[in-house]
Amino acid sequence: MGLLRELWQALRGALENLGDVVLFLGRLLAYTPASFRRFGLIVHQVYNAGALSLVIIMLCGLFVGMVLGLQGFDVLQRFGSEESLGTAAALGLLKELGPVVTALLFAGRAGTALASEIGLMQATDQLAAMQMMAVDPIRRVCVPRFVGGIIAMPLLAAIFSAIGIYGAQLVGVQMMGVDSGQFWSQMRASVEVRDVMEGVIKSCVFGVSCSLIAVYEGYNAIPTAEGVGRATTRTVVISAVVTLLLDYMLTAALL
Amino acid sequence: MTEPAQAAAADAAADGANIVEIRDLHYAVVQREIFRDLSIGIRRGRVTAIMGPSGTGKTTLLRLITGQVFADRGTVIVDGQDLNQLSRNELYALRQRMGMLFQNGALLTDIDVFENVAFPLREHTDLPENLIRHLVLTKLHAVGLRGAAELMPAELSGGMSRRVALARAMVMDPKMLVYDEPFAGLDPISLGVVLRLIRHMNDALGITSIVVSHDVQEISSVADYTYLLSGGQVVASGTPKELQRSQSEVVRQFMDGLADGPVPFHYPAPDYATQLLAREDD
Repeated sequence: MGLLRELWQALRGALENLGDVVLFLGRLLAYTPASFRRFGLIVHQVYNAGALSLVIIMLCGLFVGMVLGLQGFDVLQRFGSEESLGTAAALGLLKELGPVVTALLFAGRAGTALASEIGLMQATDQLAAMQMMAVDPIRRVCVPRFVGGIIAMPLLAAIFSAIGIYGAQLVGVQMMGVDSGQFWSQMRASVEVRDVMEGVIKSCVFGVSCSLIAVYEGYNAIPTAEGVGRATTRTVVISAVVTLLLDYMLTAALL
Repeated sequence: MTEPAQAAAADAAADGANIVEIRDLHYAVVQREIFRDLSIGIRRGRVTAIMGPSGTGKTTLLRLITGQVFADRGTVIVDGQDLNQLSRNELYALRQRMGMLFQNGALLTDIDVFENVAFPLREHTDLPENLIRHLVLTKLHAVGLRGAAELMPAELSGGMSRRVALARAMVMDPKMLVYDEPFAGLDPISLGVVLRLIRHMNDALGITSIVVSHDVQEISSVADYTYLLSGGQVVASGTPKELQRSQSEVVRQFMDGLADGPVPFHYPAPDYATQLLAREDD
């Protein structure tokens, strides 16, 4: 009985949290159209979440592409179809690795920065001060960061995939001797617009989920050093799990 | 409160002389009772001090007056409006007529001093940039920090942060300014400056000031009226001179800084000897 009660309480707690997140998302979305009137705030957050993540995204994209080039070449040469390396790398990056790895990196760099920044604002009474100035912190602080993250994510994923394809080409063509013309022409012939769109849709959805989790955790952080630390950790863990779960669901839906 | 004082308070409430009117307030946090049947009236145009031992709920009272938390029972009327009856938009409209100085200043750390003071203007008005600049520099000049306009909050001392926060609280020309422990951690010079500013701003701008503090001497030198809170109720009220003359045990303990008295030195605990002699696993 004790175990059942604990399970029920855990389930109830999880449902309550989920409801709270949905209500929070509703408030964010309600303010989102008006936030475009002060586009400067959003541009600033796109810079914070996007431009400042560029180096890590490009580096990781290059390495993931190079590994894909090596592994892809190893597998494809067993079937004598090394010239399909371009197609394999491009599809893998555009449909899966680009959006997913970018989301995981985004959660680790921009997500933690967002959660800790908002959490510290909470802990140092900055959000309470805004409320006392009759300014809703959700509208002024959370919405621009949420929208900035949503805009930044597909752009970062596109850059990740582009650099990744270059990395695969670097290994496959320059190092392993795959024919350059075959590499590019097979890719162009096989990759369709819907493949690209699958990646774009995924990265937009991950942009919403990762930004929502970071902003929610920061806003609801217990206003202590420990509370902000926990919120930051939860941001990474929950974002990673939700990204992989959503990836499966989206892949199943879009195939 | 003496009977004539109670009668005067009732008259003040009736003729609208009180900007804040708290009646029979009850407030508890997680089953811990903070206030029980608390009634307070704060007169317009005065500097009113709210004093009391740490943990007695002074900051919570400010949060109730500013609508950051709401009473479980009783009414909190601010500038003629019952906070429990207000919608969010009405509460925000009321807050535009209030300013609050937080204990640590609560400046926004990602923008400089000028932008911090300009923040409420940019959020609530469409004033042209040159007028915003004029207003911000005027307020910064009033607190003596016009020269610090381009500094970031991290570059300011504690006293400077509070003065910038005061300039920000004043920039919308509020009717009422609320100060939460404005003297905590200040050196004597900064403390003197903040004290003078509280009195000067109150008189020059014709506003009402509510100051929460437990710095007895400092706040007594600027307050017109004082409430002493303890155990969730008002235990004494009057002008600072009246409180200084009071022979009430709780007032004397607080004003003279005595360790033991009606407010015990020890937090409630089991018997000392029993606890020391008990086995660890008991």
